[in-house]
Amino acid sequence: MSDLQENAPVASGGGGFASLGRGGLGLILPIGLALGWEVAVALHWADGRLLPTPSKVFATLWALGVDGTLPGHLWATLHRVALGFLFGVTAGTLLGAVSGYWTLARRLLDPTLQALRNIPSIAWVPMFILWFGIFETSKVILIAVGVFFPIYLALTSAILGVDRKLVEVGRIFRFSHREMITRILLPATLPSYIVSLRAGLGLGWMFVVAAEFMGAEEGLGFLLVDGQQTGRPATILASITAFAILGKTTDWLLALLSARALRWQDSFKPAE
Amino acid sequence: MLDLVSLSKRYPNGLLALEGLSLSVAPGEILAIVGGSGCGKSTLLRLISGLDAPTSGRASLDGTPLTAPRPEIGMVFQEPRLMPWLSIDDNVGFGIRHLPASEQKSRINEALARVGLASHAGHWPRELSGGQAQRVALARALVGRPQVLLLDEPFSALDALTRADLQDHLLELWHYDRPTMILVTHDIEEALVLADRIVVMQPNPGRIRVEVTPHLARPRDRLDHEFQEWKYKLLAELDHASRPPGGEELSPAAAI
Repeated sequence: MSDLQENAPVASGGGGFASLGRGGLGLILPIGLALGWEVAVALHWADGRLLPTPSKVFATLWALGVDGTLPGHLWATLHRVALGFLFGVTAGTLLGAVSGYWTLARRLLDPTLQALRNIPSIAWVPMFILWFGIFETSKVILIAVGVFFPIYLALTSAILGVDRKLVEVGRIFRFSHREMITRILLPATLPSYIVSLRAGLGLGWMFVVAAEFMGAEEGLGFLLVDGQQTGRPATILASITAFAILGKTTDWLLALLSARALRWQDSFKPAE
Repeated sequence: MLDLVSLSKRYPNGLLALEGLSLSVAPGEILAIVGGSGCGKSTLLRLISGLDAPTSGRASLDGTPLTAPRPEIGMVFQEPRLMPWLSIDDNVGFGIRHLPASEQKSRINEALARVGLASHAGHWPRELSGGQAQRVALARALVGRPQVLLLDEPFSALDALTRADLQDHLLELWHYDRPTMILVTHDIEEALVLADRIVVMQPNPGRIRVEVTPHLARPRDRLDHEFQEWKYKLLAELDHASRPPGGEELSPAAAI
């Protein structure tokens, strides 16, 4: 204790550096690589035509933002992911809950869904286009299908994995089916459910690209195709950067929302 | 009056856990059930609590058949079984969720005060020690003021000091509403400290071997000479109970 106090001035100086190190440690590699490439191109060690420098990528993003096309693309993509995520989560939650809680439903549904799960979702694209047309519907459905499976799977197995001992406490207190679900099964499955939401969201971002490849007039995926067809790698990288920022931000928001719901957890916290 | 009439339980795997057990427990009586593992003592509690149904025979409370969990019957398990996502007071409130909020609150506070954890109301279960968590489980079982409290080896996972402490505490709690208590234990000393009557069970199939009523003054002193004599008597019974008829002798330690 006294040791800590004596060293306090030194430690606070070191502490500031250390805390910067904790958060900043992960930044060293990407920033180092970006700066290195920037320098290499500036010194003409490389020509940077096929792999544009970070400054050029950000300049392209800026230009797209200024001329008003980027917000349109962002909005179109976000809109599709949001709708697809919403439908996928709703269906995955409902069917996952039903088949986890109700054995008859599981025997009825699960084999079919497991078989469908093994079809790569992209394989549905031609069918979806035939059924729902080339426009928004088929895109949103493709994303929803991608989001559906991890959530269905995680929720079903989480419900089946709920501690029998806690369920017995509910039985002793004569919980109705509804109370059993809302007061025991739902909170007990929440940790794996939230992980599946994040996995589903990640897949949603993956599938929106596939969806926008299949003929879109707007969206970040369209920007990718456009960059390729017009031979502008900076546009492609600008779109990829926008994907990275959007994906990371939405995932972070989900993690933030879940942190409060899971603050009761007595979980492993790795040492610093 | 709690009446058990020739209760039998055969599990789906063919094991006959309990055969033709009959027993009556008077209101406010503290009954201990002791026996080695596999003698059906936990099965018996599950049948009374309504968690499992008997294969034959019946259990009734004041003439009402016990076929499903009932509000008059509370249960404390070997583990605290608190909901980790609920604060301590919400855990205690589990059993009185049908009461108006203000009544719930006062009853929860009262129950927590009785188990000496009033200051822990807003804590998470993970912040409690094993003994504290089991106190919360007691509070949760008692907050609804059940007529009958079933305890399935409630203190067996605790260290010896905490166990003795909680045994005394359980008697204090009993004095408030004087529920009928049925305590399943493998600890003879625990049975002797707490119970008015002790039922010794024997396995294969689970049945009553002997019933004893130790005439010991309360509060009971674990070091008292008479207490120790009773302890040896019961140990001998348990030893016989675990001996297969005509077969090889099992070590008494295995039975306890």
